[in-house]
Amino acid sequence: MKLIVTRVLSVIPVLFGLCVLSYTLLAMIPGDPITAMLGMDATPEAIAALRAKFALDEPLPLRFISWFGHLLIGDLGRSIQSGRPVLSMVMTAMVPTMQLGLAALLISLVIAIPAGVISAARRNSVADYSVSLISLAGLSLPSFWLAILLVLFLSIRLQIFPSSGYVPIGEDPVGALRHITLPAITLGVAMAASTMRMTRAAMLDVLNADYIRTARAKGLPFRRVVWKHALRNALIPVTTLVGLQLGQLMGGVVVTETVFAWPGIGKLTVDAIFARDYPVVQGAILASAVLFVFINLATDLLYATLDPRLRKRA
Amino acid sequence: MTTAPASHSLIRRLVEDSRSAFGMALVSILVLAAVFGPVLSSYAPDAADFMATLAPPSADHFLGTDDLGRDVLSRILSGARVSLLVGVISVGGAVLFGLPIGLVAGYLGGRTDAVLMRCMDVLLAFPGILLALGITAALGASLTNTIIAIAVINTPTIARVTRAQTMLVSSLDYVKANRALGFSNLTIMTRSVLPNALSPVLVQASLLLASSIITESYLSFLGLGVQPPTPTWGSMLRDAISFIDQATWLAWFPGAAIFLTVLGFNIFGDGLRDRLDPRD
Repeated sequence: MKLIVTRVLSVIPVLFGLCVLSYTLLAMIPGDPITAMLGMDATPEAIAALRAKFALDEPLPLRFISWFGHLLIGDLGRSIQSGRPVLSMVMTAMVPTMQLGLAALLISLVIAIPAGVISAARRNSVADYSVSLISLAGLSLPSFWLAILLVLFLSIRLQIFPSSGYVPIGEDPVGALRHITLPAITLGVAMAASTMRMTRAAMLDVLNADYIRTARAKGLPFRRVVWKHALRNALIPVTTLVGLQLGQLMGGVVVTETVFAWPGIGKLTVDAIFARDYPVVQGAILASAVLFVFINLATDLLYATLDPRLRKRA
Repeated sequence: MTTAPASHSLIRRLVEDSRSAFGMALVSILVLAAVFGPVLSSYAPDAADFMATLAPPSADHFLGTDDLGRDVLSRILSGARVSLLVGVISVGGAVLFGLPIGLVAGYLGGRTDAVLMRCMDVLLAFPGILLALGITAALGASLTNTIIAIAVINTPTIARVTRAQTMLVSSLDYVKANRALGFSNLTIMTRSVLPNALSPVLVQASLLLASSIITESYLSFLGLGVQPPTPTWGSMLRDAISFIDQATWLAWFPGAAIFLTVLGFNIFGDGLRDRLDPRD
């Protein structure tokens, strides 16, 4: 319990730091968003009115305090471009991003867990070397290159999947599945590469443990020992890595969503940067970072729950 | 009798391991391409030839041309220079700032450690590419700002690794003895702790080179990195999307360049870790 409370409290200064950094950073953006919004022909009066409306005339610390006060009541401001509330834009964009993240996670686990287990169970075999090579290649593969190649072969040449776009799952489940496949593979491959490595390392540790030797000495079949006894314990460190990766996925989605025109938080961020839409960029970056912090927190807490040694130490 | 320096012995051991040697070979190709690029290709990277637009690979243009008739090989070689420059300087910058932060935090501990590490935690709390996007958006897209952005996102990683190793070394008897002898904190940190805390930092720096090159290519791909006319692998891939059904070589070659370079640094970093980092 003490461990959980300490870990949860440690998030508070980090969250405040995130707010300060994301606000200060974006307030430094060169170019005036008002000029970008009204165009070069805007009258000084119109510019002044809009600057006052968005409080751009006030000093930075005052603007931050005002922004932070609004943030505490869930008000992230309004988009300079569309006038829509930023929170609503961010929440809307989070849905496709979460769907993409979960689909990528599923793909990565389906590939990585069996590959990692087989690699460890048949150490120094051709299968082991192949898995190591594939995981290293997967780690080095730039996701946007993989995305372009997937579009080239599976979309343009074979015409199996659409090259871009998003269909809500409630409207057309089959269409949604077809649209999510390529971006999910793009993100899933990089995740699978690290998970494969971690599963192999964790399985090797566990396979050398005394209780596994005992199980083997009792005459249990090797396959059963590997998949039933060893994998269950090896999955504990893998869970941590998967959780951390889910957080890091927030970075990968920026590029993937841009390539596949996926209307998630990554695309929202990039579009807002080009439109110099301060509040949206701030809101989107902050929301992604906060989600990242909470995923890491949840991973730590889950790890503490899964590993009895950690509970005992606390 | 003379003994070979430790660095020579390390290089020999890396070369003897076939996997590390492969990584070193890939990295060496990148360095050679970056240094001798202009000599290796007979075309300037930004020289347009409107009579030879979207030409497939041939004897005249080994890797074909792009939509403006620019030689793809020359642009990839020029891009190698940008990738290497951004990778090396940004990781160097991260070491320049992260190393002293980690050293001071790990050695002094207490409040200094808490304040410095909470600042690093905030930077680590941002997904790397998003922080880099925010920084380049704030400072403007350019080569220098790309380097700054990547150095900033790498600094907390170097600081964390240095801190962990410093804490480990600081608890050793010889450091305690130095303290008892009355040496100043600065002297102990720089002369006794730092030399023995460097190996994991070196390993981490080599692995960060790979991620820095990928981050640079991401930023260029999104149009927020190094700006035209300077060719970068990321921006070449972005341009390739428009012609993907007519000129596949525009996507194949820059992507392969990034992949092989990052693979080289990853393999090299793995090999270095196997030999230098006692924790592994």
